[in-house]
Amino acid sequence: MTALTMVRQFGEVLLAIAIAPLFTGWIAQCRAWLQSRAAPPLTQPYRMLRKLFQKDVALATHASALFRMTPYILFGAMVLVAAIIPSIATDLPFARVADAIALIGLFATARVFLSLAAMDIGTAFGSMGARRDMMIGFLAEPALLMVLFNAFLLSGSTALPSVVEASTAHSFLMDPSLLFAAVAFLMVLLAENARIPIDNPATHLELTMIHEAMALEYSARHLALVEWASDLKLFNYACIGFALFLPWGIATHGADGGLALGLAVAVLLAKLTVAGAALALIESLSAKLRIFRAPEYLAMAFLLAVLGLLVHLLLGA
Amino acid sequence: MHPSHLTAALLKLLAASLLLISFAMLSRRRTQRLITLFAWQGAVLFMSTLLVAHSAGLRELYYSAALTLLLKVIALPWILHRLIHRLGAQWDSETLVNIPTTMLVGLGLVIFAFGLAHPISRMATTITRNTIGIALAIIFLAFLMMITRRKAVTQVIGFLAMENGLFFAATSATYGMPMVIELGIALDLLVGFFILGIFFFQIREQFDSLDLSNMEALKED
Repeated sequence: MTALTMVRQFGEVLLAIAIAPLFTGWIAQCRAWLQSRAAPPLTQPYRMLRKLFQKDVALATHASALFRMTPYILFGAMVLVAAIIPSIATDLPFARVADAIALIGLFATARVFLSLAAMDIGTAFGSMGARRDMMIGFLAEPALLMVLFNAFLLSGSTALPSVVEASTAHSFLMDPSLLFAAVAFLMVLLAENARIPIDNPATHLELTMIHEAMALEYSARHLALVEWASDLKLFNYACIGFALFLPWGIATHGADGGLALGLAVAVLLAKLTVAGAALALIESLSAKLRIFRAPEYLAMAFLLAVLGLLVHLLLGA
Repeated sequence: MHPSHLTAALLKLLAASLLLISFAMLSRRRTQRLITLFAWQGAVLFMSTLLVAHSAGLRELYYSAALTLLLKVIALPWILHRLIHRLGAQWDSETLVNIPTTMLVGLGLVIFAFGLAHPISRMATTITRNTIGIALAIIFLAFLMMITRRKAVTQVIGFLAMENGLFFAATSATYGMPMVIELGIALDLLVGFFILGIFFFQIREQFDSLDLSNMEALKED
């Protein structure tokens, strides 16, 4: 039984690592269609990764060990997050180890290391990007915590598998408070993954860039790992969203035979397809905010999540 | 699941989306987006009225749902769109208070509304009684929008949103008002709206803008 759950766990992690670039590629493709450009092929992110892995690393002379270690730490943190989130089945050994608050801690660890590495070289762009990312991060984190508290309050547990099992067991109808939390979560997702209202993922050469400014000094396999980690981060955020708000199809404890697992994978792929198209649509419809509007945007996400808590407490479940 | 439980849960969800749309309206700067949101609010209101009509089995409520659809989802947003195109007022709507502060005040108002509605909803017997607090909150938020906006068009949208809240309060507290009153209110709304539309042009002719702060100064000549 334990061997089986371990196999399931590793299968889940490998699947996450394998399809995370595909998800990013799918969003890029949808965006290209919406802007009536010729779309890049779905495999574009994989080709990019392969190209980067084959190149030689160019390091700055003053780069410290921290700079070289950071891509591995980033990638490792994101893989660990992917192992904790119940994206396919809830009965996972890793999922029981850490709750969702530890998950946010892992995201924060990755952010701190990337920011430190960006400042390590000492270029203007790197430290500017790092400062901006820390600003976005410290505003987005409380909002994300509030969103999670909404779900915790409903299920009475801070572990994501319990949240999923509680919400699939009760009813298929969304609780009113989760509606507010879902909107707030979407806003946090866009901000945290350097997507359009806050940052533009499609450009390298802009004074307003955040994520790209931090990765500017990386090359070859280091850059490949940083990019792969950011793909995984987006994939992980999407999976957290599914676990909190659209938990149907995830194989719950006791009902996770081969058939149920296959179905769960199919449902996950379907959800990712729809979510990717929706993200591309939102990004195409909205304009990038000035950086000084970002605190207002994230404060709104926080307030919406608090409103969700209020509605839950005052409306009485 | 029991059907009435399902209806109650669905109604709560619709009520929460109405509140969400109210907050979205509070946070928007552009007049055009406000009108779209207003139309969405009307659509959710239409669905909730339909749901209450179905669960309570009241024919009159079907009529008022149809009236909502015609007036608030199709007619008024269409007229508003044409109006702001003619006025050239689709872009800016500066707020008096900055938006996060407005949202915080709105949050306080929601708590106040729930506190206010608590004794009423304990006495009510309808399946919709839990949503009276939300209806009151929507009215307060629309009030807040009217207070914090400077332009005439946005204030009128706030007025219309307030009527939406009142209508929702009526359906959630008492399964709707008598048909005569409802028709009267709908007519009042339409006529009031037309008069305000004429006012817009008058205001713009006098002051060359729709900013109502111009009206605070007395004219000498």
